[in-house]
Amino acid sequence: MTAISASAPAAAGRVGGLDLSGPVLAASGIFLAGLVCLPIGWLVAYAFSSRAGDPTLSNFVALIDDPTLFEPLVTTFGLSFCVAIAAAVAAAPLAWIVARTDMPGRRVVRMLMTASFVTPPFLGAIAWEILAAPNSGIINKIWRDVTGAEDALFDVYSFPGLVFVISCYTAPYVFVVLSNALDRIPADLEDAAGILGAGRWRVVVGVTLPLALPALLAGTLVAFLQAMTLFGSPAILAIPAGFHTVTTKIYSLFQFPPRPQVASAAAIPLLTVTITLLWLQAKLLGRRGYAVVGGKNGEPRLVALGAWRWPVLVLALSVLCLPLFFPYAALLKAAISRVPSGPFDPANLTVENFTFVFFEFSQTRVAFSNTFVLAIATATAGTVLALIVASLAARRGGFFGRALEFLATAPIAIPGIVLGVGLFLAYTRGPVVLYGTLWILFLAFLTIEMPAAFQQMRAAFRGLHPELEEASRILGADRLATLRRITAPLLKSGVIAGWCLIFIGVVRELSAAVMLSSSATKVLSVVIFDLNESGNLGAIAVIGVAMLIVTFAVVGFANWISGVGAGQRLRTG
Amino acid sequence: MKARLIATLAAGLVYAGTAAAQGPVYSITPELEAAAKKEGNVVYYTSIDVKVAEDLAKAFEKRYPGIKVHVERNGAERQFSKIGQEYSSKIYNVDTVNSSDASHFVYWKREGWLAAALPEEVAKVYPKGSYDPEGYSAPMRASLSVIAYNTKLVPASEAPKSFKDLLDAKWKGKIVKAHPGYSGTILTATFQMSRDLGWSYFEKLAAQQVMQVQSSTEPPRKVVAGERPVMVDGNEYNVFLEQRKGAPIEIVYATEGSPLVVGPSGVMKFAKNPNAARLFHAWTFSQEAQQIAIDDGGLRSFHPGAKEPAGRKPLKDIKLMKEDPVSVDKQVEELKSRYLRYFKT
Repeated sequence: MTAISASAPAAAGRVGGLDLSGPVLAASGIFLAGLVCLPIGWLVAYAFSSRAGDPTLSNFVALIDDPTLFEPLVTTFGLSFCVAIAAAVAAAPLAWIVARTDMPGRRVVRMLMTASFVTPPFLGAIAWEILAAPNSGIINKIWRDVTGAEDALFDVYSFPGLVFVISCYTAPYVFVVLSNALDRIPADLEDAAGILGAGRWRVVVGVTLPLALPALLAGTLVAFLQAMTLFGSPAILAIPAGFHTVTTKIYSLFQFPPRPQVASAAAIPLLTVTITLLWLQAKLLGRRGYAVVGGKNGEPRLVALGAWRWPVLVLALSVLCLPLFFPYAALLKAAISRVPSGPFDPANLTVENFTFVFFEFSQTRVAFSNTFVLAIATATAGTVLALIVASLAARRGGFFGRALEFLATAPIAIPGIVLGVGLFLAYTRGPVVLYGTLWILFLAFLTIEMPAAFQQMRAAFRGLHPELEEASRILGADRLATLRRITAPLLKSGVIAGWCLIFIGVVRELSAAVMLSSSATKVLSVVIFDLNESGNLGAIAVIGVAMLIVTFAVVGFANWISGVGAGQRLRTG
Repeated sequence: MKARLIATLAAGLVYAGTAAAQGPVYSITPELEAAAKKEGNVVYYTSIDVKVAEDLAKAFEKRYPGIKVHVERNGAERQFSKIGQEYSSKIYNVDTVNSSDASHFVYWKREGWLAAALPEEVAKVYPKGSYDPEGYSAPMRASLSVIAYNTKLVPASEAPKSFKDLLDAKWKGKIVKAHPGYSGTILTATFQMSRDLGWSYFEKLAAQQVMQVQSSTEPPRKVVAGERPVMVDGNEYNVFLEQRKGAPIEIVYATEGSPLVVGPSGVMKFAKNPNAARLFHAWTFSQEAQQIAIDDGGLRSFHPGAKEPAGRKPLKDIKLMKEDPVSVDKQVEELKSRYLRYFKT
């Protein structure tokens, strides 16, 4: 199929109706381009404008000259670097254990690690406040009681504290990328090394690890980007410690008196670094090809751990305490306590957090309904869009196919807060004022979350043999009918996975939402953020837990429909 | 006690002068009630503690069934930014507003964003000089920003007596403080303290490794939780609320004076529910509502009929710093940038 016939839909006309794929392709292309170009265009325009609207470089000069702007920049890169290292160090052994050893409970560990991905990082940060605030934190209290020490074991309101908490919620990214790659490393290469006389560990060090290295680096880059663009965790933990990161600084520049020009300029480094690193990541993952060459030649060999099986399981479970068991226990405790980190005694027990959230707080219902309406709408629209684009791109190829593919992936390079700023600038003025409506949030979420679903879908399409589709086309179905009747059912599991990814992504999104939601369009993440600023931790715990229950229920339901286990979901991604 | 409060206010005051024009005055009539019920909703932006705000809303809904109050609680400065963004984008979501930074009303009035709506009760019984005679704002509540400490962690004999005491090396790493970029109470307090104690006070305080939180409702919670034993600023009313729950926290009224923070309310010009807004606005100034604010909210009131519960130190016995919203309005950028310079956030 050539690009020429793609742009000439009339030529494809025949009895039974037109082949609409040409116009659909053009429409999706324009829509995708608009999604990205409009906010980023405004952002760049603002970054190079003075307050009066004249072109200037002064915003960038201020970025370097003004220490209150420059320091956050330095802090942010230091932070991201530390997080990337920490996440890789924590996730790599775990991924290897889960993918390549015979540790008991491998599947459960893998599922739990993936489940920690569902936890919104800001909720994790709040839970860690309850656990490790230097004086009132549960862990530090226990530490003092047990050792009699004066100093805290761990202060979450500090640079290392922030690195630790962010790492807890970025390590799953490294883990998923790496464990998937390890799954795909074929056994023959390892066998060959074995036959040539290498011992078991020599095979691991000499063959398996080098083959997995590109994936490890790619995962680490993702962790770096996550840390660099997160807003919630630094807002919750860095401000009390007395420092800013770029994201919290950008947010504060919108407080009165607002300085959107400087804020836009401060967003530009985030954007350029993200684009550069993603380009690097694509190169690295491109090399992964040689690891999969032998693709289906054999099951990967599992390393027998022998007597170490149980100690290793204990180790894996203790790693899972950090992002999962401890924070959830802390939230559950806070939900039923007067003083969230107070002692475990009946005097501290209360139901007042529940009565407040469900019967008194007027934002509960609005925020729940906004969040889940948006999550379902975005997931559905995003999945449809991703499906259309992936199918056109996969089956058509050529310049237009590649361009479309690029447009659908490009938003990944836009950090949430940057997109938030861009959309805010684009839609708080005429002709289309979307600020104050759910539409602006819908656009933001669609832009941010769709690429992940698209990648999921593209991977699914690549695994699908075109013969079936060709048969359908030969029998007279047009391209869209083929998509509907043949391709889509075959792709069901990929589609559901994509839908769930967007859904989860929307529920946990804060950095764009905090810029874009107004009082009538509050979402849960923003409500939780607001409550944190006034110190209502008990109410946050109740809302947070309720939000996770609904999320798991919806995801569970979606999986139940598709009839495939949740553990399979994210593995293709 | 009232006399003292009024004198304090009148001194810094904005609304001194004639109250001749009675144009904006309105009362709660059956017609207003009916029109408000027809609207059925009122959107209330406020910076009061969220629980206190919801309590007031519930009391109003009980008094006027059929009208739902939508409480949108945020720190006064955050709320100020939000309203600025919304009004500049012609989004008129807010019906009536209450802020712990009185200078906001100076700004909104100048921008023409407020409606002239002076509840009859305010015009009749509230002290002259406490409200805007043109009807753009009136003092719904007052509170102080106070020092407080955890009585389990600090014996009374060791407790600080003044702001200056907190500069002692023994308090290093032990102080929690709220943020003037978020909280109107703290912005107001920062202005008064920088005027009366000098900016050098904050410069030295910043060297004490204070824990920086956002809302003025939060320091009392951090003190009660034992996260830090003492707070240098924060709401007096939240301390009262914690004390009522039996929490180990005690107030210190600093010898230099405690910042007085008045929280005015106003009706927005482009309110979508103008009648419900006026009804709710008028009701919050009634003796009934003011008593709820005092009893359940721990606030101070300008209503001469409202009674302070026993056990709270009367305002007349407390040395106060003076409010001056007009100067705050002029100096807000300077205040924020100075603060940023010393405290880094």
